[in-house]
Amino acid sequence: MVMESFSFMQSISFLLLLFPLLGFLAIGLFQKQLNKKLSGIIASAFVFLNLILTFILFWYVSTTNQSVETNLFDWIKFANISIPFAITVDRLSALMLLVVNGVGFLIHVYSIGYMKGDDGVNRFFSYMNLFIFFMLILVLSSNYLMLFIGWEGVGLCSYLLIGFWYKDHANNNAAKKAFIMNRIGDLGFLIGIFMMFHTFGTLNISEVATKVSLMPSGSTALLVITFGLFAGAIGKSAQIPLFTWLPDAMAGPTPVSALIHAATMVTAGVYLVARSSVLFVLSPVTMNFILIIGIFTALISGLIAIYQNDIKKILAYSTVSQLGFMFMALGLGSFSGAMFHLTTHAFFKALLFLAAGSVIHALNQEQDIRKMGGLRKKIPFTFALFAVGAIAISGIPPFAGFFSKEMILSVAYEHGMGMGIIATFISLLTTVYMFRLLFVAFYKPESDAVKTNHHIHESPKVMLIPMAVLALLSMVAGFVQIPALFSTNVNVFENYLSPIFLTAQQLVPASGQNLTVLTEWLTLLIPLTIIAILVYMSYVRFAKDRLPSELSGIQKVMANKFYVDEIYDFCFVKPTEKLSLFFRETVDQSIINRLINSIGNSTLYVGGRIRLLQTGNVGFYLIIMVFSIIAILFFNLIR
Amino acid sequence: MFQVYLFLFLSCVALFSAMMVLLSKKPIHSVLYLTLTFFALAGHYILLNAQFLAVVHVIVYAGAIMVLFLFTVMLLNLNKEGQFPKTTLVKIIAAIAGGLLFVVLIGSLKSFDLATVSNPAVSQIGLVKNLGKTLFSQYLLPFELSSILFLSAMVGAVMLGKKDKE
Amino acid sequence: METTVTQLQMIPLSYYIIFCTALFTIGVVGVLVKRNALAIFMSVELMLNSANLLLAAFSAYRNDPSGQVFVFFIMVVAAAEIAIGLALLVVVYRSSRTIDINILNRLKW
Repeated sequence: MVMESFSFMQSISFLLLLFPLLGFLAIGLFQKQLNKKLSGIIASAFVFLNLILTFILFWYVSTTNQSVETNLFDWIKFANISIPFAITVDRLSALMLLVVNGVGFLIHVYSIGYMKGDDGVNRFFSYMNLFIFFMLILVLSSNYLMLFIGWEGVGLCSYLLIGFWYKDHANNNAAKKAFIMNRIGDLGFLIGIFMMFHTFGTLNISEVATKVSLMPSGSTALLVITFGLFAGAIGKSAQIPLFTWLPDAMAGPTPVSALIHAATMVTAGVYLVARSSVLFVLSPVTMNFILIIGIFTALISGLIAIYQNDIKKILAYSTVSQLGFMFMALGLGSFSGAMFHLTTHAFFKALLFLAAGSVIHALNQEQDIRKMGGLRKKIPFTFALFAVGAIAISGIPPFAGFFSKEMILSVAYEHGMGMGIIATFISLLTTVYMFRLLFVAFYKPESDAVKTNHHIHESPKVMLIPMAVLALLSMVAGFVQIPALFSTNVNVFENYLSPIFLTAQQLVPASGQNLTVLTEWLTLLIPLTIIAILVYMSYVRFAKDRLPSELSGIQKVMANKFYVDEIYDFCFVKPTEKLSLFFRETVDQSIINRLINSIGNSTLYVGGRIRLLQTGNVGFYLIIMVFSIIAILFFNLIR
Repeated sequence: MFQVYLFLFLSCVALFSAMMVLLSKKPIHSVLYLTLTFFALAGHYILLNAQFLAVVHVIVYAGAIMVLFLFTVMLLNLNKEGQFPKTTLVKIIAAIAGGLLFVVLIGSLKSFDLATVSNPAVSQIGLVKNLGKTLFSQYLLPFELSSILFLSAMVGAVMLGKKDKE
Repeated sequence: METTVTQLQMIPLSYYIIFCTALFTIGVVGVLVKRNALAIFMSVELMLNSANLLLAAFSAYRNDPSGQVFVFFIMVVAAAEIAIGLALLVVVYRSSRTIDINILNRLKW
């Protein structure tokens, strides 16, 4: 019976990949013929089938604690290299499956409403299904090379979807920026994979984990591998120094931002580190590096988010900040904390994006929050859903964000009081920019643009219902993991993931000191008080009157995103252009071109001379022939 | 010793007539000297106890090929002197080339040990009986194929010799 | 006939080699010096025959019939070649009224 259900699970896990691929092919190949209303339904249906399968698999792995491995076929096999095309469903990937397929399905449904009337709607849904396909390869792969395929595949889909409205040149540039920035990280990822193969002789994730657990902590090879993998994670998850692509990626349709650039793809970096937890815990230098990168990213992007005026950009920087927060958790060794925050973040950030999309939809593609205001009354459902998202992400109990953040914060406080305060500060930044956004967009007196616009309308049900489901999840998802302070029994999430991170935890036993109950209460209550004060202050400041138009000093720096783009432009883009120009003008035109031309010319000249030897006179040929034969014979003689 | 004298005599005749092939002014003389050379070579074959080859040689070369040459000379009406004047330069170059070739070929003989091929017994393999056995057992297929070669040569020659209709 | 030649081995093999080389060289010089295509053909025949004789000589001295069989086949091929070659000459003569190789230089570049 057990074996039977096991093989059943194997075939199911194979179908997981098949459905979205089928959807992509069906919609992609017949996009000219297919009815525009139908494509969204087909795409959603395939993802819905996936979601059902995911529930079955999730139930299976969470009850049996057995990972379902399926070897589809041998992919690369020669000499001592054997890389099968195999997929693994264990508890970690089942969790990711839930997020990808669950959030993915809701966003697919939402997109039916959002993309209605767009010319390229068939193209859009084929790309969306392709994205799901590659994301599932990434999540399900049982070796790093296949993971890399998925990794690149989602990058490709991200590129295609950011530049979805390709007629606008700015969108294409944003797409290219995202693609190139990701390539920088992927180079590191590849080097990491090569190094891993060189060191362990295998790329199978579980085999690598077994072999690495026998290695001493902090070896150089491990350092290189983990840095390489983390470089990939930096690119994909938009961490410093490669984070600037994510805000620009908002050029794509809003459902894309919700699915790819908030809930799933950008969290692939977190997933990668969690997946390779054994590798990372044995390389403390990398762990510290991850911690530092996470903190700085979370801080800087959180600060930038406070002074942005584009609704999607604010959410984008918020995403970067939350990802930084997850990396901070990883750096602190709390893998399940990071995964928990990843999950809840997927819910409420997708909700926020979808709600923002609903606002944009209502205002005819208006994204500037200064031109909004008073929307609370015009589109009440969207407002309510957005408020749920904002409360959840700010970490206000009892919504999901509170629990996931609390899990990370408690680890941070155990690590040290300083670390805890930094983490708290980061999570407080969230409150500031989210409530600023909320109050400016929904409470502030109506701007002229809103007053004159009589077409503001609530979004259709097909958009509202997915958002409502996400809002529900954002409210209740946290209760699977209640802080120890309230109840020590509800540790569903941590227990669920504990088999995955067991080896990592055993290798590096928790070093943090336990806090006294009083401190714990204080670390819990003081931030909550501050949050309350911050919410009130932003209400006073933003909900009543207009935004101050003049920014001063440090604010201006933040509003201009710390001039990171400009610095990159100056440091990398300009020198590259200069160098390219130098190579084009000097090296190519003057040296290489001249060299090639002179080779051609000299060949032509010599040929013109030698041509005269072909006199057509047979006697002459014969003489040459005889002398050549003599020469050959003579050469043989004296040899 | 008789054989050695015979060998030298035949060689001298062959070389002389070969030289005369080149030196004759009229093509018809060249052809006739060539015939003499072939006969001398036939004598050499007999000296080697290769009687079959000697007979075939006389039939093919002195019989068939020479007749063809003579026919061609007569058909093309080439038998006039001074049709093909030669420059001295070409002669000198040709002489140098020939001399060099001879020297080089003889020189390469030095590096070759002839003792490995010397066979004290008188060879009987060139007799018609012995050669026939080899030819019709080991070399049967090439022998049969050569008939196809002849056939195609014949057809080709006829095709070429035919006048264009135009 | 089998008894006509009994003292064959009195003649050293090197005699044959020298003789054949000389004959061959005369053929080469003839090819170089002649402008008449027919004469060149004859010179080629000389070269062929010198090679034939040497093959036969080696065959006899090594007591290996293959050499003489090869001579036989060479004669076959030579006969075919002459038939075709002379036919070609006739055709060439018919079209350009000459068989002087210095005039037949249309293969020039």
